[in-house]
Amino acid sequence: MAEKKHKLLEVKGLTMDFGGLRAVDSVSLEVHEGEIAALIGPNGAGKTTFFNCVTGIYNPTKGDILLHPKGLETRRLNGLKPNKVTEMGLARTFQNIRLFSDMTVLENVMIGRHCRTKSGIFRSIVRGKAVLEEEQFIVESSYQLLEKVGLEDFANEFSKNLPYGAQRRLEIARAMATDPFLLLLDEPAAGMNPQETSDLDQLICKISTEEQIAILLIEHDMKLVMNISNPIYVMEYGKKIAEGSPQEIKDNPKVIEAYLGEEVDA
Amino acid sequence: MLQDFKKSILVSIWFVFLTFPLMVVRVNTMDQVVIWRWMNLVWVAIGSFILSYLWRYMLSRKQARTKVAEEGGDTRTKLQLLLEDMNFRYKAMGVILVLILIFPLVFDTYQSTIMISALIYVVLGLGLNISVGLAGLLDLGYVAFFGVGAYTYALLNHHFDLGFWITLPIGGVLGCLLGVVLGFPILRLRGDYLAIVTLGFGMIFKVVMENWDALSFGPSGIANIDRPSFFGMDLSLANSTIYIYYIMIAMVIFTILITNRLKNSRIGRAWIALREDEIACVAMGIDMAKTKLSAYALGAFWAGMVGVLFASKTTFINPASFTFMESAIILSIVVLGGMGSILGVILGAFILILLPEYMRAFSEYRMLAFGAAMVLMMIFRPQGIISNLRQTYEYKGTKEKTDNG
Repeated sequence: MAEKKHKLLEVKGLTMDFGGLRAVDSVSLEVHEGEIAALIGPNGAGKTTFFNCVTGIYNPTKGDILLHPKGLETRRLNGLKPNKVTEMGLARTFQNIRLFSDMTVLENVMIGRHCRTKSGIFRSIVRGKAVLEEEQFIVESSYQLLEKVGLEDFANEFSKNLPYGAQRRLEIARAMATDPFLLLLDEPAAGMNPQETSDLDQLICKISTEEQIAILLIEHDMKLVMNISNPIYVMEYGKKIAEGSPQEIKDNPKVIEAYLGEEVDA
Repeated sequence: MLQDFKKSILVSIWFVFLTFPLMVVRVNTMDQVVIWRWMNLVWVAIGSFILSYLWRYMLSRKQARTKVAEEGGDTRTKLQLLLEDMNFRYKAMGVILVLILIFPLVFDTYQSTIMISALIYVVLGLGLNISVGLAGLLDLGYVAFFGVGAYTYALLNHHFDLGFWITLPIGGVLGCLLGVVLGFPILRLRGDYLAIVTLGFGMIFKVVMENWDALSFGPSGIANIDRPSFFGMDLSLANSTIYIYYIMIAMVIFTILITNRLKNSRIGRAWIALREDEIACVAMGIDMAKTKLSAYALGAFWAGMVGVLFASKTTFINPASFTFMESAIILSIVVLGGMGSILGVILGAFILILLPEYMRAFSEYRMLAFGAAMVLMMIFRPQGIISNLRQTYEYKGTKEKTDNG
């Protein structure tokens, strides 16, 4: 990383204990503006727990999670509720798809707009002009997001009826609807076929370049990770064992030993 | 088809065999003779065959529908399509409005009274629909909010001689406040645990009202509550009933209007998202505490208001009116009618309240029919009589596309 980019997310010595089990052990990580960073590691390495700590679902035992929004003061995310974290501009998707299955595709994205709009109970009842305009704005901007991820034809389908790959993309669209500057994707390519994976590959790059959203992703699909992300962080048994560019990771003996061994040999 | 037919015949034969000793053979011990009632055998055979065939037919129909749904086909029934037609909706609403407006003028006081109680349950159902149907927060103690409204009016009227119209909003607000108070401790609970806590809350309310004599006059209740006054005039019983009927109609329309607007608003969507997936909902930036509390408070608001009206209609209340049974009936209305569906809840209330009234001849079998109806509903139409109508959105989009939903 030669050029000095603005640091968006800084995690220092993050530790998470569940009773006697240390799921994440003093992991540090940084995501800069314009980056697609990846967090990889074998199953059970603590990647998702790390995500859950950052997004406020768990309150970490130790360490600091600092968010440096551009032009705003630094915020410490430890112990904040997930909705507050999202409000600050950090959105996420889930490993096991968590869509609102009985809502339409469009409504799913509209939920993402919730924290950026503000009509309350009384104004919703009176339904004045401002509220109607805001509603229309929510609908239009949500639809535009669907166009971006290529789901506009499904707008009025129930999200549970979508094909698997489309559900993943819908989760990304929904997260983007919260206007984040950093997007955390938890295994976006899990369960996808090669075609869907390469589409996703392009989508992630597009989000990163066109929308100016930095991305941190957890992924098992090595092809995807090596193609698009830099830097890469590797975790094993809750500890960070390596970090660097794809090439450095490929050549790192620790990583090969832990996890990539056969793939690099081939 | 043929398979179903064969199976039904087998079921029929099996039932004939099973019930033979009970239904056909009868020993007359006085005359020491056995009476063979062969006609009963025929009835059992025919009856069990028809029921079994109907059962199979309904099941296969349901399976066909889920299959269509899985393939992404249109599963909307004719009724649903009709309901989505705005033109038809306005016409139907007009006809129904005229019918309900002339109702008390055509029928007698007894009919109006029954209608009022059905309408009370409509409002209660719509209120509970907010927390159960939309936000997915199962509430088994909803009747407590209803009781709060009723006691608010009864006590304020008894001690301070406050009138109906002043107390109506007070009852609603107090119900609302109680909703928030109850809401706080249960914010972290969901599913079964939530149901148990709310159930307990409903019980606590009744027990407190039964035992706190100084406040509520205990089980003997409060009598001689004023009926609503009509511009300062006291009306005769018959006129008063008609008057309450119209108040109730206005209240139902008011409730429908507001719950409908809430449902299709930003808040309503947040409730539905909360029902669908709590973690995803919070991760999307929705404040769970605020959303849950608002669902509880707004649900309780209607119960509080209609409670005031209930007290003024019966002019006498005691804790016996606010038992768990009432909560269960209100919940059944919501579930039977269709969770989240306003029209469904209204229909559910009429079916569950009016049918028992008009079928008093069969009142012995009421609970039996009630239970059977519930079981059948859950098997064949778990989404309720009328499932939720979806709001449609108009959007332009940036691409060159003219069609939209």
